[in-house]
Amino acid sequence: MCIDCGCSTDPGSLHHHDHKHDEKTSRTIRVEEDLLAKNNRLAANNRIRFAAGQLLVLNLVSSPGSGKTSVLERTLSDLKDKIDFAVLEGDQQTSNDADRIAATGVPVKQINTGTGCHLDAHMVGHGVDDFDLPATDILMIENVGNLVCPASFDLGEDHKVVVLSVTEGEDKPLKYPQMFQAAELMLINKIDLLPYLRFDLQQCKAFARQVNPRIEIIELSCHSGEGMTAWYDWLHAGIERKRMQA
Amino acid sequence: MHELSLTQSIVELAIEHAHRENAVAIRSITVEIGALSGVSADAVEFAFDVCSRGTMADGARLEVLHIAGRGRCLECHGESELETLTYTCPRCGSLALETVQGQEMKFTEMEID
Repeated sequence: MCIDCGCSTDPGSLHHHDHKHDEKTSRTIRVEEDLLAKNNRLAANNRIRFAAGQLLVLNLVSSPGSGKTSVLERTLSDLKDKIDFAVLEGDQQTSNDADRIAATGVPVKQINTGTGCHLDAHMVGHGVDDFDLPATDILMIENVGNLVCPASFDLGEDHKVVVLSVTEGEDKPLKYPQMFQAAELMLINKIDLLPYLRFDLQQCKAFARQVNPRIEIIELSCHSGEGMTAWYDWLHAGIERKRMQA
Repeated sequence: MHELSLTQSIVELAIEHAHRENAVAIRSITVEIGALSGVSADAVEFAFDVCSRGTMADGARLEVLHIAGRGRCLECHGESELETLTYTCPRCGSLALETVQGQEMKFTEMEID
């Protein structure tokens, strides 16, 4: 099961109705398996590989157009001399985002999910095959732009980072609580546009904390550069924690 | 529509266990879906027909059991029922609750011949 549309490739045998269903032969068996068990096993494998390389791994999630790729571009350009990055780009189609990241000189790989609405642990496991993981400090995984499905799929990351831009409306955390509950950090992007919008920043933060009391929040603009230092400090602290754990 | 991937997992698990038990047919499959799991039971039921077609699970009855959500208040430590992830504690009004039940998405049992 690599992508959602793999149903027709199912290896299961055909169910021929040339037998009679006899009540006496029927029996019930307990299974008790998590539906995400397979993905979770692969995610655990990824986590072991990442831990061996002392990598900080972030799963960036948001709706389409929040500025994930732009935040990444600015971050890589500003920090690539101090931190060794690698980037996985998830989109349904095109290599546009990977091309933008490649222009910064950082190793990048595009994963096209086709009809798939999220990255899964299997895609990520193969996606990092070409990276020199021990020589990498931070692996950034930019998930498919979607505030629903990626919340359920563990990729083996250390943290989910949800990006919300101020052009989207402050109630997104209430509308898509699963994602905001799964994230450790929320980046509120495009704050340079606040003077032109009716976006209630305090209300947005209160909504996010209502869904996830522990969520950390950084306000920034990757365009003006405001707030980027707080995000960079957060990244440096994350790398430091990884080194302490080793 | 991540329900399609999850339903595919249901069909794969069913066939795997049926083979292990030397079953000749799968009659029914029971799964538990929590109210706070982010999974729509309707979408799973819809996807099941497509995902099971042509497999050993084709024609099996899918039973989806709804598991209610429960939360614990981080302030007063009281437990309460919750059907969504956005809530306030009915006892003390605090906004800080943690989920204790309702995140389940589990294949519980199946009936085979």
